[in-house]
Amino acid sequence: MTATRVPPVPAPARARFTAVLRAEWAKFRTVRGWVVAPVIAAGLCVVFTFLVANGIHTDICTGAGVCTPGHAAVPTGPDGQAVADSYYTVGTRLTGDGTITTRVTALTGVTSTAPGNAAPSQSRRTRPGLPAWAKAGILVRPSTRPGSAYAAVMATGGHGDRVQYDYRHDAPGRPGPVSTGVPHWLRLTRASDTVTAYDSADGRTWTRIGAARLTGLPATVYAGVFVTSPVSFTASADGSRTRATAAFDHTTIDGHATPATWRGHGIGSGPQDFYPTLGAGGFHRTGESLVVSGSGDIAPAVVQGLLGANTVSSSLPFGLTVALIVVIVVATMFITAEYRRGLIRVTFAAVPRRGHVLVAKAVVIGAVAFVTAAVAAAAAVPLGAHILRANGAYVFPAGVPTVLRVIAGTALLAAVTAVAVLAVGAITRRSAAAVAGGIVVFVLPAIIGSIGTGGAVPWLYRLTPAAGLSVLDALPRSAQVGYPYTFANGYYPLAPWAGLGVLAGWAALALGVAAVVLHRRDA
Amino acid sequence: MITALRAEWTKTRTTPGTAGLLIGAVVVTIAVSAGIAAATHVSAHGGPEDPTRLALTGVYLGQAVIAVLAVLTISEEYGTGMIRTSLAAVPRRLTLLTAKTLTTTALTLAAGVLAVAGCLLVGRLMLPAAGLDPAHGYPLISPGHGPTLRAAAGSVGYLVLIALLALGIATAIRDTAPSIAVVLGLLYLPPLLAQACTGALRRHIEQIAPMTAGLAVQATTHLRAQPIAPGPGLAVLAAWAAASLLLAALVLRRRDA
Repeated sequence: MTATRVPPVPAPARARFTAVLRAEWAKFRTVRGWVVAPVIAAGLCVVFTFLVANGIHTDICTGAGVCTPGHAAVPTGPDGQAVADSYYTVGTRLTGDGTITTRVTALTGVTSTAPGNAAPSQSRRTRPGLPAWAKAGILVRPSTRPGSAYAAVMATGGHGDRVQYDYRHDAPGRPGPVSTGVPHWLRLTRASDTVTAYDSADGRTWTRIGAARLTGLPATVYAGVFVTSPVSFTASADGSRTRATAAFDHTTIDGHATPATWRGHGIGSGPQDFYPTLGAGGFHRTGESLVVSGSGDIAPAVVQGLLGANTVSSSLPFGLTVALIVVIVVATMFITAEYRRGLIRVTFAAVPRRGHVLVAKAVVIGAVAFVTAAVAAAAAVPLGAHILRANGAYVFPAGVPTVLRVIAGTALLAAVTAVAVLAVGAITRRSAAAVAGGIVVFVLPAIIGSIGTGGAVPWLYRLTPAAGLSVLDALPRSAQVGYPYTFANGYYPLAPWAGLGVLAGWAALALGVAAVVLHRRDA
Repeated sequence: MITALRAEWTKTRTTPGTAGLLIGAVVVTIAVSAGIAAATHVSAHGGPEDPTRLALTGVYLGQAVIAVLAVLTISEEYGTGMIRTSLAAVPRRLTLLTAKTLTTTALTLAAGVLAVAGCLLVGRLMLPAAGLDPAHGYPLISPGHGPTLRAAAGSVGYLVLIALLALGIATAIRDTAPSIAVVLGLLYLPPLLAQACTGALRRHIEQIAPMTAGLAVQATTHLRAQPIAPGPGLAVLAAWAAASLLLAALVLRRRDA
């Protein structure tokens, strides 16, 4: 008996795909133009970001029309973020551990009838109106320097009692507004560097609603009652300045307090401070009651009050668009050149599984675009922010995670766009159609979106590939600020990764069509 | 010259893409205008509108198709090697370039007239529904109205000049994909750059960029709010087109095919 011939064992599919990948990489790196183009793209991105950043200037103008480069004072909070810290407070200094208790018996407010961007002198005419985030309560903080750490318990206009500390942290207490016959009792207890907040309906039964650890809290701290009231957007999209007035009684401080007489301070409501306030506030005593009025906010800063707010990515979009166009050209030619020269027939003869060719090409061009954009953004983002600051513009401080997200997002945006355009090239087989189509579909919506006006524009950033630009979003948002986070105010309608997902959906669609077409069609 | 012209015409006529691109340019231009007209709702507190300009919005996208057509006229010859045959038949290179310029002008002129006429018709029929009717102080779009006629003729001229700009750039670059990218970048990027800048710099960019300067000719109202007047705006674009053709002539004469 003779042994039957064993057919040759095919190599594992994975190994063969590696070979396809290496072949495609060899094709890419041996065309000089395709290697030079990404370098030029990254260079153009950095150069244009530099130029755009130099074209942005912010001035502070006095009433006499004299303008100098600079911006309003924006406090920086304990975590390095931009914060609003404007309020009126009446208090004293507390040394060592102690407890402050008060009863809020009234909380009312007025809203200016002039738009929020009008000069303070024009804001005098008011009507009744209390914003939901108007705050009246007690606070403990190392000092009244704007932006310093704090812990506070407060009654609010529409969010019930809250305990808040260090601008970002917020927890609810008893719900309901302050009204006649329904006072709110509030208490803060300081023990070492922990401040514990309580509230109560009657001053006898106390509920612990939260605690804050303020590391490095000095022995002597500022303690007192405060009132503040943020810009309201319920009546007008431009916002209206507001002022709240609260009545406190049964205010006691249990501990070593100096001086015994409490003094009033208006914090962060000067002409140089960015947050729009309706007067600096003040206080007076009526019998047992201490009546305090204040305007402003103690919360994270959002775009409100910072006209033309800049972020670390503000000057990037133009340079990025230029780089994207170069990437689109290279991605197109990476496949259409094969059709033009007839190389595609050799490629498909060598690798009959056409899907593998498409995926290998996508991996190569995606990786090239990713590295190009990552390098470009890593250089352009810090450079742009530096130039903006040097020109006197205010740039929202961004933590390392945000900067890394913008850089990684930009790189992914370029990679996904390159893969999508490669797929378009595979579908059309012609350079002209693929380049023009790539630019019109993947670049033009973003250009129209940044120039155009009207209600349709935000939809461009939801539905079209322009949604991918959401990865550049670096403006702060906060649930504790009743601000309209709309496109008109500079916020992208989608979250960064959701926006990139929309772009990826378009790319997946193009890749799917390309795979089907490649499979069905003759080369 | 006549022979060269006839040869160019035969090449253009028999290239499969030409007719499709010309029809595409007309359809895209009118479709975008119709879409914009359908999406427009003039509110009482919005700024004053310019119905003619609104009706001609399609030119913003139609010019891309025209540019692709013009680029392909020459870049495809380089792509296929046809250029060597062409230059062997017509050794005087400037004659070849002139013949290409004339055929491209004729084709774009025809497409432009159709597209712009379609846009105006769409505007006349659809814009009254958007609130731009005589009852609200906006007369119906009519070519008898002087500024409207200027905007319409200017838009056709704009498309022709864009085609010539693209032809010159493509002759200098020779490769299809980079040529299209450069032309579209030159058209669409300066407005984005202007948007990112402030004050006088923005105005200067809009005055010298081919698209923003050239399309100033579409304005029929509020001419003072435009970055540049209609006539000088179109002249700026003509200067761009002339410079691009001059560059093309220089490199074509000097360079080996």
